[in-house]
Amino acid sequence: MANFVFKNHGKLERHSMLLLLFIILVVSVGGLVEITPLFFLESTIEKVDGMRPYTPLEVAGRDIYIREGCYLCHSAMIRPLRDEVERYGHYSLAAESMYDHPFQWGSKRTGPDLARVGGKYSDAWHRDHLINPRSLVPESIMPPYRFLAEKDLDYRDIKDKLKALKIVGVPYTQAEIDSATEDLKAQANPNESPTKLKAHYGDKLNIRDFGGGSDRITEMDALIAYLQMQGTLVDFTTYKADAPANRR
Amino acid sequence: MSGHRPTDPHSGTETTGHEWDGITELDTPLPRWWLWIWYGCIAFAIGYWVLMPSWPYPGGYTPGILHNSQRAQVEVDLAALKAHRDIQGHALTNASLQDIEKDPKLQAYAMQVGQLTFNANCISCHGTGGTGSKGYPNLRDDVWLWGGKLEDIQQTITHGIRAEDPETRSSKMPSFGVDGLLKPGEINDLTEYVVNLSGRRANAAAVARATPLFANNCAVCHGPEGKGNQMFGAPNLTDKDWLYGSDRASIHGQIWNGRGGVMPNWGKRLDANTIKALTVYIHASAGGS
Repeated sequence: MANFVFKNHGKLERHSMLLLLFIILVVSVGGLVEITPLFFLESTIEKVDGMRPYTPLEVAGRDIYIREGCYLCHSAMIRPLRDEVERYGHYSLAAESMYDHPFQWGSKRTGPDLARVGGKYSDAWHRDHLINPRSLVPESIMPPYRFLAEKDLDYRDIKDKLKALKIVGVPYTQAEIDSATEDLKAQANPNESPTKLKAHYGDKLNIRDFGGGSDRITEMDALIAYLQMQGTLVDFTTYKADAPANRR
Repeated sequence: MSGHRPTDPHSGTETTGHEWDGITELDTPLPRWWLWIWYGCIAFAIGYWVLMPSWPYPGGYTPGILHNSQRAQVEVDLAALKAHRDIQGHALTNASLQDIEKDPKLQAYAMQVGQLTFNANCISCHGTGGTGSKGYPNLRDDVWLWGGKLEDIQQTITHGIRAEDPETRSSKMPSFGVDGLLKPGEINDLTEYVVNLSGRRANAAAVARATPLFANNCAVCHGPEGKGNQMFGAPNLTDKDWLYGSDRASIHGQIWNGRGGVMPNWGKRLDANTIKALTVYIHASAGGS
């Protein structure tokens, strides 16, 4: 066998396309062994109550979060380590990222972790802080995002965004996609009827103007709506942390 | 492979036997130290597979003979931390807030825990040192919106202000302008009235016009003399302490919009003893009543 390989290796070295093909074959073995089982691993995502797909306004806010590169300085993933749980709250579950495409765990903490920032501060605080972080936290090095408060949210393509998320596995219904625009407006404006929005996404919703007034929806409103939801969906009173399937 | 590979006469090292236009390739062996570290890594990896969770397969993964679980470990770590804190902290559990203040040793402990908690959670709104800023109350003075007694402070921290909590302090000033409860001219007059209340020079005619307006719309919360009412979080309008600014534009804006700050209910994030310590800390470092 060894002799066969060494004798014929010259062929590979002399034919670049053949070499490329064999490189792909060899590398894919490693990938298949490591990655394929994860797709069939039922225990990866914990069984939890309360997790729901993001509302259209939260999806729009999440896109602002990604566009502005928040993940470059903020992680959104609390590791199961004593000091992190002490500071940020319950460690993050895989289930909490199940509708994230792509997930926003991040890998760098120039600023604090945001996985459970939802409800930790008021909307007014987020607004003041995004406009001028140093007005509230003098030692902060976060850049100001005043323009988000001045720019109207462009949500003409919100239906397409939900449709795209559905293709990659988020279980939006056709009715939810069809009324995405209405649902988005209903969450940002407390004067509109929330009946449909609640029928689609349940009662665990922040319905308010997020400090920006109800006459217009700005990019900052959407971003704050996303942040205020972060880490608040899973009901930890029914989560069984010591079930064998949730031990890892 | 044959054992008869030519040796390079200059370096004394074997060559690979390949030759291109008279150029041959040295087959210099890897340094020994490097090779042994590499073998060591392979051995370590095999040991790691056996001991720790490693290989996923459809429906599960190999748990390893140590059955290591980070999630179980963090619970052990947190329990150890709690036990360590309880050595001193258990004294807080049964003591009332007043007891804690009376016992110098217990108070010193509560002050330390309170200060740490304050710096980790409260300064992002109330400012470093708790001196507040526009819209965020100063906790270092003796002016209290919702009461400065120990129990009042504890209630505010635990259930928040206008937070999502059934026991939160929820009263809110109406938006007299936005909701059309008062006419723009009436709000202008009321602004003068409030300026006058705080002892500054104001338009006397406007103050006279606004007197019945104040009695009908404002006195129910701020009191007939404008001295405020902590039950509703209604500030005293006759002092020099202004949450949203003291100039005419700010006062007008506040009557028009009726802003009300939101403070989260910390009972969902902090445990009861920590809140007790924080209460004592805030009470002692401000002019608590």
